[in-house]
Amino acid sequence: MSKDFLEDARAEYDVIVVGSGLGGMTAANTLARAGHSVLLLEHHHKLGGLATWFRRHGGHIFDVSLHGFPVGMIKSCRRYWSREIADSIVQLKDIRFDNPMFSLSTTFDRADFTHLLTERFRVPAATVKEFFDTARDMNFYDDQTTTTGELFGRFFPGREDVVRLLMEPITYANGSTLEDPALTYGIVFSNFMSKGVYTFRGGTDRLIGLMAEAMRQSGVDARVGCEVEKIHVAGRRVEGVSVGGRLIKARAVVSNANLKGTVLGLVGEDQWDGDFLDQARAVRLNNSSTQVYMALREGEMVDQDCGDLLFTSTAPAFRTELLLSRNVTSRTYSFYYPRTRPGSNRCLIVASTNANYRDWAGLSQGDYEAGKRDLIETTLQAVAKYVPEIRRKLAWVEAATPLTFQRYTKHIDGASFGTKFEGLAVSRGLSEQIAGLYHTGSVGIIMSGWLGAVNYGVIVANDVDAFLMNNASQSTVDAVDAS
Amino acid sequence: MTAADIQKAILDILSDIAPDEDLSDLKADVPFRDQLELDSMDFLDIVMELRKRYRIQIPEEDYPELASMNSTVEYLEPLMKNVAG
Ligand SMILES: Cc1cc2nc3c(=O)[nH]c(=O)nc-3n(C[C@H](O)[C@H](O)[C@H](O)COP(=O)(O)OP(=O)(O)OC[C@H]3O[C@@H](n4cnc5c(N)ncnc54)[C@H](O)[C@@H]3O)c2cc1C
Repeated sequence: MSKDFLEDARAEYDVIVVGSGLGGMTAANTLARAGHSVLLLEHHHKLGGLATWFRRHGGHIFDVSLHGFPVGMIKSCRRYWSREIADSIVQLKDIRFDNPMFSLSTTFDRADFTHLLTERFRVPAATVKEFFDTARDMNFYDDQTTTTGELFGRFFPGREDVVRLLMEPITYANGSTLEDPALTYGIVFSNFMSKGVYTFRGGTDRLIGLMAEAMRQSGVDARVGCEVEKIHVAGRRVEGVSVGGRLIKARAVVSNANLKGTVLGLVGEDQWDGDFLDQARAVRLNNSSTQVYMALREGEMVDQDCGDLLFTSTAPAFRTELLLSRNVTSRTYSFYYPRTRPGSNRCLIVASTNANYRDWAGLSQGDYEAGKRDLIETTLQAVAKYVPEIRRKLAWVEAATPLTFQRYTKHIDGASFGTKFEGLAVSRGLSEQIAGLYHTGSVGIIMSGWLGAVNYGVIVANDVDAFLMNNASQSTVDAVDAS
Repeated sequence: MTAADIQKAILDILSDIAPDEDLSDLKADVPFRDQLELDSMDFLDIVMELRKRYRIQIPEEDYPELASMNSTVEYLEPLMKNVAG
């Protein structure tokens, strides 16, 4: 008989969280610390969602989404997780660019970018300052009609090189493009520019291990291998979920699963007002990714001159559609030196590209495998410019496609960064339609990435906590008032 | 709770949220944001802590009331008058 992942689970909880991405885990931990009973259900056999890693024969450990996040993660981890987690966050000091327009190295913060833009790109200092201030002062409720492209047009007309420097990393960080609202760019760019790019020492496996331990201490009942089949609703109120053929009740449910999958699938189309359903259907998903994972033989080192994160392109100029094309011209490399996992003597390289799901779905098995082989071959050719004789040094190589991301996280179309901006309003709107039902996780571009997902988990936990208090039995409230 | 109790309660919460900040010469009539490095997540934490410690609910549209110590105390006084100090 297969293992019963739900052994000893209770029949009812205050809150059930569906999915253990960073948003789901942070919401679960915050709610448990606030005193609620919390069940966390994850379909995969490990916690973390897209914040994940995998091991390969020979002791190689590959990180999937540990390329870098903004400094704000330190504060959020200290506050909502633990000091130990916060103290393991360290800066990546050498961010590089290499494309036909420029090659440079930067600490990727406001001071260094100001220096680069004025000295090297010869942009007037006043323009640079105004641009940074404008980006920093953007709020999510601001004007949404200006696009990022228009923002750049206003400050740097005709400067494709400047646009590339400012935009390419953010497109990799969250899939946003020149056509998205400028505020999505401004908020994320400013988060990075405040102090640069950070990583987690010890790797994703250590981070998720520490989070699992913190959740245990907070009293979260976390279960892997548990796919939620349905979220039950009756009379416009959430009732619980079906998992492994069992109904578990809850006063509130937080879905960390894909937003559209939650509305249209887990809850079901018949549970919503027509307008809301239309709004949810119209939400555009963000793009997916491909990755090529390369492990060097023990003791073979990558030259430190490669930097930590390298944005490369062979395209003459920056174009959104080129970034997504299967005819890859742009790649981001993360170089992992032994210091990533202290005690190891391995160097690993992960090459990422943004990609369209439709370019990989619907292929015959043979074409799909050939596509993957081609992705690996062309990546090895490209990386040889930075790591000479890569083929000789290589101990392991494999590739992931949009289909891989879909399989492991159940994200529709393998979306890497949730939804476009309009998804945020739908995510925030669930509880107005169905009492006790919430969504957290990467949506709306600004809530995506590790930091966005963690913070959104807290924001939603706050809503749920308020809901649970307002719906507490009257006697509890009286008892407190009388004290 | 009296206004003075509320002020102390807020200071307690702030010292947990911003442990690295010196709160000893916080000016009551100046916005927190102009004196401390607080972002929107910090204000959310204040709201969550008030709910946790005193079961006080602050709707999202009222968050701007928490701008300075004076405005916060003024806003909370009627809500917290029955809370034991
Ligand atoms: C290739 C790649 C590279 C990235 N690089 C970075 C980076 O360098 N820095 C950064 O900040 N961000 C990066 N990101 C983005 C970041 O990883 C995500 O935005 C973030 O981790 C998403 O968290 P989330 O809370 O939205 O949940 P997700 O990670 O999307 O997790 C959702 C979870 O829900 C589970 N689930 C879904 N349906 C069900 C169900 N029915 N029952 C039970 N469980 C279910 C899934 O299995 C999954 O575990 C990257 C993403 C990708 C794909």
